[in-house]
Amino acid sequence: MSRIFFLVALLLTALASPTQAQMTIEFSGAGARQYSIAITTFPGEAALPESLTQVVRADLERSGLFKLVDSAGIAPVPSEPSQVKFSDWTAKSADFLAIGSVVPAPDGRLTVRVRLLDIVKQTELGNFAFTLAPALTRVTAHRVADEIYEKITGEKGFFNTKIAYVKKSGARFDLIVADSDGQNEQSALTSREPIISPEWSPDGNRLAYVSFENRKPQVWVHEIYTSKRTLVANFKGSNSAPAWSPNGRELAVVLTLSGASQLYIVPSAGGEPRRLATSNAIDTEPCYSPDGSTIYFTSDRGGGPQIYRIAAGGGDARRVTFKGAYNVSPKVSPDGKSLAYVSRNSGLFQVATLDLANGQEQLLTDTVKDESPSFAPNGKMILYATEVGGKGVLAAVSSDGRVKQRLSVSAADAREPAWGPFTK
Amino acid sequence: MVRLLSILAIGTLVAACSSSGDRQPEAPVIEKQGNTPDLAGNNKAQPDTKPDTRTITTVTPDKVDELTVGVLAKRSIYFDLDSFDIKPEFRPIVEAHATYLRKNPGRKVVVEGNTDERGSREYNLSLGQKRAEAVKKMLSLLGVPESQLEAVSFGEEKPKAAGKDDASYAENRRGDLSYRAQ
Repeated sequence: MSRIFFLVALLLTALASPTQAQMTIEFSGAGARQYSIAITTFPGEAALPESLTQVVRADLERSGLFKLVDSAGIAPVPSEPSQVKFSDWTAKSADFLAIGSVVPAPDGRLTVRVRLLDIVKQTELGNFAFTLAPALTRVTAHRVADEIYEKITGEKGFFNTKIAYVKKSGARFDLIVADSDGQNEQSALTSREPIISPEWSPDGNRLAYVSFENRKPQVWVHEIYTSKRTLVANFKGSNSAPAWSPNGRELAVVLTLSGASQLYIVPSAGGEPRRLATSNAIDTEPCYSPDGSTIYFTSDRGGGPQIYRIAAGGGDARRVTFKGAYNVSPKVSPDGKSLAYVSRNSGLFQVATLDLANGQEQLLTDTVKDESPSFAPNGKMILYATEVGGKGVLAAVSSDGRVKQRLSVSAADAREPAWGPFTK
Repeated sequence: MVRLLSILAIGTLVAACSSSGDRQPEAPVIEKQGNTPDLAGNNKAQPDTKPDTRTITTVTPDKVDELTVGVLAKRSIYFDLDSFDIKPEFRPIVEAHATYLRKNPGRKVVVEGNTDERGSREYNLSLGQKRAEAVKKMLSLLGVPESQLEAVSFGEEKPKAAGKDDASYAENRRGDLSYRAQ
């Protein structure tokens, strides 16, 4: 194998909560371009319940875009740019350096100050600070990682975001909300009946999903921070596959009022459905383009399931995927330029992307039972569900296919992941 | 044969339950006492016999639910891979339920469609719906009013067989007739 291959397993002990289990994260591969960065351990960090800079390093490294440079041997450790001797870091082949400190704030909290330096240009790239209660160490670390990621790559970071997924433990189903690294998991809903297809509202405060708690699939909208739930699609037959409109006011759903699964639009607060499209086949898995103009969906109107698109106001559907006999579960990238979906090839189900401008398709994964792809809000990673050793796990792949991650929860199946929006 | 035995076993269990449920507390055993001489040979006056006010109510076993016997006890219609056609061997089951539903207009049935686990969960939900709709359509064509029918799908979410082999997959490609509370 010619390219550098990392395999790092971080066994992270989770914070106290009854549903908590150990989450293991493995990653492999490296971005087409890797930025070498040294992140010193900040003076004063010992006052925090865990090492903030270690969480920052783990975030950046797992993205595959950063190569960590060990700062061992540099003494004293600089915490101000004036203390930095650039030759120390060029000798270590570090292109970037993050230094900083953790100091008590007047109100009893702590302030993290970070200075980000470009070693090659010998300039300062960033100077930022966050004040935090010690319990918020991980969230603050993710915000620091986001700042560093954005200053260096030019793209917004996704570390301080949430993911949702369904955890099946024995006969119990939990709708889990966790940090993007799988930590800090909390159960929003626990049920003896299946839960599928969670989708984040654009404001990140609500999840739409399908629950079978009433012995049929129904679509709910759940305000996760108030626990308020609304049954928004409970029509005769099955109700499924919710997709938020970008303004959060409507949901595209699949109803079976006429027999077959067909696309409808319902208000996200509940109300009368409006039929979007009419076919005599299965139409399902709607997904809005980011500008709200187009809905991509799966249909078997041509025989096997393929991806189609239709104007959000209705009209004629156009076929989008042509290669292979089974292409399902479309998700549009945040920039609207590509689709992620699951493609079946020789019996293997794998995540692929399609460039909507030139029709170029790319298979991204080497796993074989992939489901439910979901873009990170910056479009650089795709989270999905797969199976390893008969167990459901979550995995992520960079949208160029070069970096792969696997998140698995001990003693439970993880499935149906959805990556939340940027935290406002 | 196994099924017959289990029906008999259930029958016995039901009978046992209903008899024990209605059993009165056991009457204390009282020796009939006449004006017999006591050990000393004296005759003593005995108290008057009181009327027995207890009553006995006749118990009849519950009427056998038609749905639990014969062809009506069969509720599953199996489908071939990628197929939504009701195979000839399952038509008598659907026909029997259609007859029952026409005779019992107060009964409602939900047809629950199921699929094997391969592929997208939402697409499988729609495939399960297609199976449920096929059964519902046949019931409808046999004269069952729409108001007694609903077709829903569980997709791949509630597998009857947990295995990851062809036999388990075949077991899960199914439509079930589920009678709901009246």
